[in-house]
Amino acid sequence: MIDTREIKEIVFPGDDIDPGNLKARNGMHRDSEGKYTSQFFGVLQRGEEYIDVVPFNGSYFPRRGDKVIGKVMDVGPSMWTVDIKSPYMTMLHMNDTPWRTISGDIKKFLTSGDYVYAKVMNVNEVKESWITLKEPGLGLRKLEGGHIMAIPAPKVPRMIGKNGSMVNMVKDATFTRIVIGQNGLIWIDGTPENVIVASEAVALIESEAHATGLTDRITEFLKSKKGEINGNTQ
Amino acid sequence: MGTPSDKKLINENGVRLDGRGDEEIRPIRITTNVLERADGSAFMEWGGNKIMVAVYGPREAYPKHTQDIEKSVIKARYNMAAFSVDERKRPGPDRRSTEISKVISEALSAAVLVEQFPRTQIDVFIEVIQADAGTRIASLTAASVALASAGIPMRDMVVGCSAGKVEDRIVLDLSKDEDNFGQADLPMAVLSKSKKVVLVQMDGDLSKEEFGKATGMVLQATDRIAEIQRKALSEKYNIENLSESNTGGE
Repeated sequence: MIDTREIKEIVFPGDDIDPGNLKARNGMHRDSEGKYTSQFFGVLQRGEEYIDVVPFNGSYFPRRGDKVIGKVMDVGPSMWTVDIKSPYMTMLHMNDTPWRTISGDIKKFLTSGDYVYAKVMNVNEVKESWITLKEPGLGLRKLEGGHIMAIPAPKVPRMIGKNGSMVNMVKDATFTRIVIGQNGLIWIDGTPENVIVASEAVALIESEAHATGLTDRITEFLKSKKGEINGNTQ
Repeated sequence: MGTPSDKKLINENGVRLDGRGDEEIRPIRITTNVLERADGSAFMEWGGNKIMVAVYGPREAYPKHTQDIEKSVIKARYNMAAFSVDERKRPGPDRRSTEISKVISEALSAAVLVEQFPRTQIDVFIEVIQADAGTRIASLTAASVALASAGIPMRDMVVGCSAGKVEDRIVLDLSKDEDNFGQADLPMAVLSKSKKVVLVQMDGDLSKEEFGKATGMVLQATDRIAEIQRKALSEKYNIENLSESNTGGE
């Protein structure tokens, strides 16, 4: 098989970037003279309108409107403290859940160790953030069963693909249910065999996120794994 | 330093003890992502120096009073292993390592865009496994690689080198004997693109001219070292190092 993969242009912190006629978006630092330099060690991604530096690694910083997967770390009288793999813990208030909660006994709805798929409701100047489960139509919920995987947050867009093409391909081929949080946590549910194949696919996407021709590679990978997949959707 | 010795550090032909010329640096090798648990890591071999660096964070700063509401705090910890030097070093922090931790933290803070994540800390653990002169700039150079591999936003990479005066000559990158028996040692670190100085220390005496010459030599060397840093970082992402391309078979 001919290896047609190529690596996108790699940049290092401090490298000059010439956006040309594109608009500089993420991962660049603008100095006082208006010159752009890379903030990260990562790849340069030129889109139709924007140019971004996509780091190879890095932690997640909550932004309003992001849908994330979090792990409940602590239960208070009226709030849960949730870890969203960010430097800062986030909070989930009992009034932001779809349940009829009463202050003092919210443990029966969510306890430490549970995972939730939630939306970032608010982030303030000192990076405190609040998440919510109360928004219909987005599939926000407590995640029951399934398996959790983690990838670096900057690789999430690659994992999802254009309009969800990448993740949908994995979902369809492996008969699993997959939820991806913007923060890099991934929830996979299905029969054990299928979850294994799906998680292998996720690991492959993660390790080659900086190469081109990824979609073809994943198609091929999923085809090769067809024998291992259980056709039952559980 | 300045210990009287009859050891000839540079011979008549201008060749140093380890066979180097005045402006030659010792061989450097850097490997990244050597530690599974850390967010970013690097292992550096610089001549006889062997240094491991692990970066964790940014994460919420503890104890709470160390938090800065406006920026992230970089906490570098330089530690020498008991077996890293000829005579056993008493383990634990001492005057010297506390000072080095401080200057490294400050040098790295100049490079990292600390304003982006208030209230957090970035831990940089530096373990010197084997010491052979110039460990502070070697640590700093390696720490900068580890930070980049951890995906921490930076203005620029930090790169350092030392110069010094041995047998009345200004030479680059002192070795252990030259450091111990030479006349001066000048470790210096800069931001690799802008050449802004983030660390200079001096042990011994240099005249104004000598100082100028030494810093000039260091500045030149940093370009070469920066190239090694970049190679080390991108190595893991080469086309050859992508996962095996045989997914068709099995």
